[in-house]
Amino acid sequence: MLRHLDEELKGLHKDILRMAVFAQESIFKSIESLKNRDQSLAQAVIDNDNNIDELELAIDEKCIDLIALYQPMAGDLRYITTGMKINAELERIADIALDISQKSLELMKKPLLKPLVDIPKLSQVAQDMVRDAIDAFVKRDARLARQVVLADSEADRLRNLVQEELINEYLARDPKTADRAVALLLIARYLERICDHTTNIAEDVIYMVEAKVVKHHPEELK
Amino acid sequence: MADIKVSNLNLWYGDFQALINVNAYFAQKQITAMIGPSGCGKSTLLRVFNRMNDLIEGVRVSGEVLIDAENIISEKTDLVSLRKKVGMVFQRPNPFPLSIYENIAFGQRVHAEGLTRFKLDEVVQVSLRSVLLWDELKDKLNKSALTLSLEQKQRLCIARLIAVKPDILLMDEPCSTLDPQGTSRIEELMRELKNNYTIIIVTHNMQQAARVSDETGFMLLGELVEFGKTQDIFTNPKDKRTEDYITGRYG
Repeated sequence: MLRHLDEELKGLHKDILRMAVFAQESIFKSIESLKNRDQSLAQAVIDNDNNIDELELAIDEKCIDLIALYQPMAGDLRYITTGMKINAELERIADIALDISQKSLELMKKPLLKPLVDIPKLSQVAQDMVRDAIDAFVKRDARLARQVVLADSEADRLRNLVQEELINEYLARDPKTADRAVALLLIARYLERICDHTTNIAEDVIYMVEAKVVKHHPEELK
Repeated sequence: MADIKVSNLNLWYGDFQALINVNAYFAQKQITAMIGPSGCGKSTLLRVFNRMNDLIEGVRVSGEVLIDAENIISEKTDLVSLRKKVGMVFQRPNPFPLSIYENIAFGQRVHAEGLTRFKLDEVVQVSLRSVLLWDELKDKLNKSALTLSLEQKQRLCIARLIAVKPDILLMDEPCSTLDPQGTSRIEELMRELKNNYTIIIVTHNMQQAARVSDETGFMLLGELVEFGKTQDIFTNPKDKRTEDYITGRYG
């Protein structure tokens, strides 16, 4: 039986996917801006942030309306509450991309400290994780969501590599590099935070599909 | 207090099988909601517990329904004492066309003959208090029960049951004729009463089942499809038929 709620849920789904596209674009542009010292890309991320914030509020409102008007149960309820959480995570991810863009703009004004090696790797891990988490949401694929959660350790490993190199090779040896080294340190930290938010999304997807809470329950991941 | 243990219960109305191999356990001090589309057998199941189906011609029952270790579908069951133990509240409140006082005293005259007026007054007061009607009605006890509001009538019917000290309260759509306020007050009353009774409610109102019950059973075409904690049934039903029904996809 076709329900009016199904139409509403389709609309909500589209909005969440738009939010996901926004967040993915923001990460991509912020990292490209850093790699290519491209000011216009960083500025584009900053300029689009208002649109993302507005969409976040609209999705939130939609979810609350659906709960109030339809009193959804079971799978519908899990879908809507998960949608609300994913919405918030995506907005945070876009905010972090904005932070990266601002650091990128700062770094552009100064000479290049070093060729970037591990930060682009880390950013690739982050972008793959976000893509897979959104895919898992769209396809209701808990197996893929579990892979996303497990991929987070690679992000932690790369972040540590970047950190060690910047501290030992630059900060400790030449204090004059501090401003650029700290900016890069922060960017690595931001990318790792994006991966953490993405892990939350994947955990929410597992709840949506299987009604299992894996957050803070690593044993449930098996 | 008594619980109900149902094993391999089947019921036929003539050739039509209305209950198919039902197994369930209704615990004490809990509210269990039975949900399912019209004609699924939930009211029939309820009426097995106080043998109301006996009034319908051509009914056959097999299996076991244990209340206090007694199989109540056996022919030897004393129906008067069974119905004292297992009271029922109906969709439409059905007070007797008597005074408020006499509605409650009536059961005492059947089940506890020879009570003094003083003792009877006490039962009336305690029963009305337990359904939160005493303060409203204490000065109108001689008025006809038919003058009460629908919600008050439903409360009075519950008080009438409580007066004969049952163990189990069966409620068949007890709020379906009440407005939202009346509904919420009866639900509050159910929550109060569950500390002392085993309550089973049949309802078409999914939100009501979710709000008031501890456990929920979903029936379809005479079968008990799923039975479990209300929270689980409404957030994560195991059977697709349950999910379809509670999310409004059934039909």
